[in-house]
Amino acid sequence: MNITFLLNGETVELADADATTTLLDWLREERGLKGTKEGCNEGDCGACTVMVSDENGSRALNACILFLPQLNGKSLRTVEGIAAPDGRLHPVQQAMIDDHGSQCGFCTPGFIVSMATAHRNGARDFDDQLAGNLCRCTGYAPIIRATRSAADQPVPDWITDAPVTATANRFMPDSSDALAKLYEANPDATLVAGATDVGLWVTKGLRDIDPVIFLAGCSDLKQVSIDDETLRFGAMADMNTVRAAIADLHPSYAEMIRRYGSVQVRNAATIGGNIANGSPIGDNPPALIALGATLHLRKGDQRRDLPLEAFFLDYGKQDRRPGEFVEAVSFSRQTDRLKCYKISKRFDQDISAVCGCFNITVADGVVSEARIAFGGMAGIPKRATSVENALIGKPWSDDTVDTARAGFDEDFAPLSDMRASATYRLETARALLSRYFAEDRGVAGSVLEVQP
Amino acid sequence: MSVAKPLPHDAAHLHVTGAARYVDDIPTPANCLHLAFGLSEIAFGTITDMNLDDVRSAPGVVTVITADDMPFENDVSPSNHDEPLLTSGEVNYVGQPIFCVVATSHKAARKAARKSRITYDEKQAILSIEDALAADSRFEEGPRVYKKGDAASAIGSATHVIEGAIDIGGQEHFYLEGQAALAQPQENGDMVVMSSTQHPTEIQHKVAEALGVPMHAVRVETRRMGGGFGGKESQGNHLAVACALAARATGRTCKMRYDRDDDMVITGKRHDFRITYRAGFDDTGRIKGVEFVQYARCGWSQDLSIPVADRAMLHADNAYDLPAARIESHRLKTNTQSATAFRGFGGPQGMVGIERVMDHAAHVLDMDPVAIRQCNYYADAEDGGLSAPRKPAASPPEDILDPKKGEDLASRGAATEVRQKPGDSGAEGQTTPYGMAVTDFILGRMTGTLLKTSGYAARRDEIAAWNAENPVIRRGIAFSPVKFGISFTLTHLNQAGALVHVYQDGSIHLNHGGTEMGQGLFQKVAQVAAARFGVGLEAVRITATDTGKVPNTSATAASSGSDLNGMAVKAACDTIRDRMAAHLAERHQADPATVRFADGRVHVGEESYSFAEAAEYAYVGRVSLSATGYYRTPDLSWDRIRGAGRPFFYFAYGAAVTEVAVDTLTGENRILRADILHDAGASLNPALDIGQIEGGYVQGAGWLTTEELVWDDSGRLRTHAPSTYKIPACSDRPDVFNVALWEGENPAETIYRSKAVGEPPFMLGISAFLALSDAVAGCGTQYPALNAPATAEEVWRAIGRARGQVRS
Repeated sequence: MNITFLLNGETVELADADATTTLLDWLREERGLKGTKEGCNEGDCGACTVMVSDENGSRALNACILFLPQLNGKSLRTVEGIAAPDGRLHPVQQAMIDDHGSQCGFCTPGFIVSMATAHRNGARDFDDQLAGNLCRCTGYAPIIRATRSAADQPVPDWITDAPVTATANRFMPDSSDALAKLYEANPDATLVAGATDVGLWVTKGLRDIDPVIFLAGCSDLKQVSIDDETLRFGAMADMNTVRAAIADLHPSYAEMIRRYGSVQVRNAATIGGNIANGSPIGDNPPALIALGATLHLRKGDQRRDLPLEAFFLDYGKQDRRPGEFVEAVSFSRQTDRLKCYKISKRFDQDISAVCGCFNITVADGVVSEARIAFGGMAGIPKRATSVENALIGKPWSDDTVDTARAGFDEDFAPLSDMRASATYRLETARALLSRYFAEDRGVAGSVLEVQP
Repeated sequence: MSVAKPLPHDAAHLHVTGAARYVDDIPTPANCLHLAFGLSEIAFGTITDMNLDDVRSAPGVVTVITADDMPFENDVSPSNHDEPLLTSGEVNYVGQPIFCVVATSHKAARKAARKSRITYDEKQAILSIEDALAADSRFEEGPRVYKKGDAASAIGSATHVIEGAIDIGGQEHFYLEGQAALAQPQENGDMVVMSSTQHPTEIQHKVAEALGVPMHAVRVETRRMGGGFGGKESQGNHLAVACALAARATGRTCKMRYDRDDDMVITGKRHDFRITYRAGFDDTGRIKGVEFVQYARCGWSQDLSIPVADRAMLHADNAYDLPAARIESHRLKTNTQSATAFRGFGGPQGMVGIERVMDHAAHVLDMDPVAIRQCNYYADAEDGGLSAPRKPAASPPEDILDPKKGEDLASRGAATEVRQKPGDSGAEGQTTPYGMAVTDFILGRMTGTLLKTSGYAARRDEIAAWNAENPVIRRGIAFSPVKFGISFTLTHLNQAGALVHVYQDGSIHLNHGGTEMGQGLFQKVAQVAAARFGVGLEAVRITATDTGKVPNTSATAASSGSDLNGMAVKAACDTIRDRMAAHLAERHQADPATVRFADGRVHVGEESYSFAEAAEYAYVGRVSLSATGYYRTPDLSWDRIRGAGRPFFYFAYGAAVTEVAVDTLTGENRILRADILHDAGASLNPALDIGQIEGGYVQGAGWLTTEELVWDDSGRLRTHAPSTYKIPACSDRPDVFNVALWEGENPAETIYRSKAVGEPPFMLGISAFLALSDAVAGCGTQYPALNAPATAEEVWRAIGRARGQVRS
């Protein structure tokens, strides 16, 4: 593929760039820019963080699972491009020196780029901004001190890059219509949205993937529309966009997304990708199923809709035909009764052992509707139908909840793996129903809300 | 003076600009080759057929190395010669290297390595502690036992007897920079190796063995590591040896770095332990006697497991004066990664054992957990221990008789029995279970201070009140002390060398045997050199650790880096300084003792010269401006078989109070606040020391909470990447994190009276584990017997135990 981007202010034009060469490999091996580090090669440590800017602003991304064509039309800054060309340090760099924020230094370039990007965006939620950067030496305290002390300093002018025009490529469609035509003609192609999943097929699975269709140019697929009736997310809406869109409407869902991946991962990951890959531990499907979401699929000019839960047929098997793609997901505006509970070993940036989403409506003390869906409890994201049935029409009470809890045995037969045992998963599912009930009664239910 | 200043890390500017170079960043020739290992798919068995045709014919493959291609030693063990680089017969764990691909790119090598077709005669693997005990699969002939008094009868006659067991999980190092090495072939068969290692001499030794050359033919250089934590004491041997073999075979520069998943699957981790205990207490909470049985899962090869397990025994007392104690240690051999050094080196596991006993006893006796600890402390030394004279060692520290040829003498795993004179340390007064007098104890006073500054008593009451009102979320708080022994327990490793040059322009070039892994050793040592010469730090340049400059180095391990190398550098600097002083004194007819080096100048009589002028005069006056320095730790004498003597030069101390919150429905938990008071003696650099404390605490808390290693029934490690193995992230640090240094100085004669600080703070994280235990215990009436790591699931199970429910 032919691509054009800015690298630390200089124009780079690549002809015939390999579709699945990662930016990290290219930077280090082809370009000789060794500042960006490989820590894990799967997007979990942030040592390879780079800043990618376009007309929508600047984002931190993991270079290890970013394919070169994804940079087409973007401005890229690596750690080498954070200081001024004359060597003057960026405020976050100086603060990291002054506050002793580096020890072994290997994670530091990634932190610097994350910090500089957050600084440029004026972000103050430092723990969230840096959740995707692992440090094994410092215990993070001095890094946060540095982030705070740099926060009020002005954004240096050298960080801002001029816009770049992308080079046109056949396998980089610029609209959903173009994609529909291209994909129908090439149903064996792999669709790449943010590459947070497909990236690992390459870096860990060592697979050769060909052909690849890059979706980033399909701006119409990124649209989020909210009207009085419906919320509709284009498949290419990234997870930070989704989080912002639902923050006021369904805050518990937004809080769950805060813990989903990291800033870098959420900047790349799309809601459509998280659904389409069919993972049993994706965090969006349980929440969306609980909200009663509809999935919008498209193949060529044909479109069809189905309830999201019907899309997941079996482990690794979805109701998606060759050449068909996820165009959008939508759900009705509704009074917020949704709670999303993500259970994992670590709060931030961890895959759920159990993700339980509850949407229970109570009218006059009686449960009128209940939609409960779980990830991590079966081979697919799945509703807890027995539990729902045990609740609907019953008084919203301790007794009802106690009785309904037993229904999880009928709904799920979870597995034991490295994230949790089957027993814990099942018992936690029950406990989460109790938590939902307790929280509804005003009892504090999250350790994250406890202050020292 | 440059010491005691909170200066930034010497490479901080390079770190933040991405200019700091790690092994994989070193420019290489265009024809550099890249290596990857082909790994075993089974835990235990014999290779019956190995078809590598598809590997050899894969794109980019230049050659494939197997055990047959190793004419000399095929061994990367730091101890027992039991660890072939490449196995050809028996396979001992999932992930064991079998062959090595040499290819034109890192990715080509990785891809090719997966194309082998190997068949095995698979046997029943020994994976668990139970498996190993049933098969009597162990290192050494039987359990090692250290004793003080008659523990059994002391426990038998005690008013209260507690017993129990705790499982303590292992820990992946997760250094951000994976293992890496680069070998450049030289003329005459020599080899230069760049290695990300804590132990360049070990790399040199193993590479020389594998190439069949003397050590002088191999030079190893280490500028820095992207984290080590013990994981680069012996685990870098494989990559360095493989690169050297490939470089010799191809005549080309060869580089190897593990992909993260390979790194986690191949390399050793912290030893997981099970510790069973029985202890007797009187009504006041005073311990009468304690018995521990420590089971360490060592993995398939010996590596450094013997000294690790020894150190666990040596820390079974932690801060407590045990009237009678029996510590029995089993070093179990299993078909898993060979467990290795990790910050604390067994000490943390031993310490968790006695802290569990105190926690359990406080619960049974219904005492405040701090009070029971205080009443069992060793007595504080008067005036910080300065008044407690130390008897000199009864005999020279050791007498190495006939080390076998090729022995790994520079390794902590040295297999040679270091024969000792009778291990009578002449200790008097309060002694550890291994008979060492504790003369520098200060935890009594430190604890008093920390309890005050952390508001412990008031917060304990507030927490009780809060818990009474909150049915779902409970808080917990706990205090724990650390007393950690400083010195290599293999006594002869307690030595270091340095090489210092002063150039005629007054600039100073400094080299020593320690390696930089982020701890700031280079800066501390540079501060020492600058102080000795009375110059600014800008005059001092520390260069990469290099076996060609300082030979026979010990690993940068056991927290010893600045103690040993700081002293060696001081000696070298003083030699040069004395020569310069003598020369200037002669010119000025002055007494050399009156020559002063301060503020970048040299003062002699009424005259003063810039340091550069003084250096130039010395050069012109034909005075040598280069010197080596050497240091060996005094007063050590240790018999590890009898468990008697003085293995440590001194102890480092610390104390922490941690508060946590626990969700009693799901077991989810987090740290709210930590208050730490730590003893770094007279700190060489308070900023770097606080960095070690903050980082050590979070790493220690991670070990005991979120970091869980899971192997499946076939011995396959299921947590082999950061997606499945969870080290603390940014928000896991305590919301409130107060760290202070204890004002004091080391009564032992260390470099500027500072104390080692690398490992001790790691064990402050134990307070987080105990705080979780405190929160959980409040859920019921029974002792919850929390195991580590206290993941949400384990906390949830422990809540069940507290309530008398079984949650398997």
